[in-house]
Amino acid sequence: MATMKFTLALFSAPTSPASRRALRFAEAALAGGHEIVRIFFYQEGVHGASANLVTPQDEPDLARQWQDFITAHGLDGVVCIAAALRRGVLDGQEARRYARPAANVASGWALSGLGQLHEAVQQSDRLVCFGGP
Amino acid sequence: MARSLLLIARQAPWSGLAAREALDIVLAGGAFDLPMAMLFLDDGVFQLAAAQQPAAVQQKDLTANLQALQLFGVEELYAAGRSLRERGLAEDALGLPVRLLDDAELTALLDRFDEVITL
Repeated sequence: MATMKFTLALFSAPTSPASRRALRFAEAALAGGHEIVRIFFYQEGVHGASANLVTPQDEPDLARQWQDFITAHGLDGVVCIAAALRRGVLDGQEARRYARPAANVASGWALSGLGQLHEAVQQSDRLVCFGGP
Repeated sequence: MARSLLLIARQAPWSGLAAREALDIVLAGGAFDLPMAMLFLDDGVFQLAAAQQPAAVQQKDLTANLQALQLFGVEELYAAGRSLRERGLAEDALGLPVRLLDDAELTALLDRFDEVITL
């Protein structure tokens, strides 16, 4: 079977069914021998990069699962910086730049621009989008 | 050859960040000179209405950003004729030059692009 290069875009929060579907798709893609060029988090999807989500112990913690997945496979998880700033998802550099009291972006994530989405699409066979307004 | 992208905007301009953030994807791609088009569908056609008064709901005017599309080289702009009719929006009430498509033309449009993002 021919393998494919995927870019994934996630537009919904880690509490959404779309986030769970996207993660399961990403797991299945890698398990099937396919490549994930980049996972781009936009709109409410940026909350997946927050290290400050606290999920009750008997509920799935999608933000943590995303972080573990991205770290374990050395994937390129990119969070749109403009969307993240609007929603209070900041790394150390942005927290300092805007004089905010804390950074909450978990390690393994990069804040960057929308150009990263377009660049990944150009390097992929398929863009698969999850969630949205 | 560069992969083409169709962005389908389905949110009203007063729907929060959604309409603006969808448009930002296209504007960012325009800066890379990528083949892109935008389709206004469902409540997204409200983004095209001329004479909007966003200040009444403490919003910034999105129409200036829409006008920038052509400056960024995004010249293919479409709207679903059915969506306009359903919402009582006349073509001459639109503030942006778009091509109206019927249902069959929508299908053809979707087929023409490598990738589609719907927001």
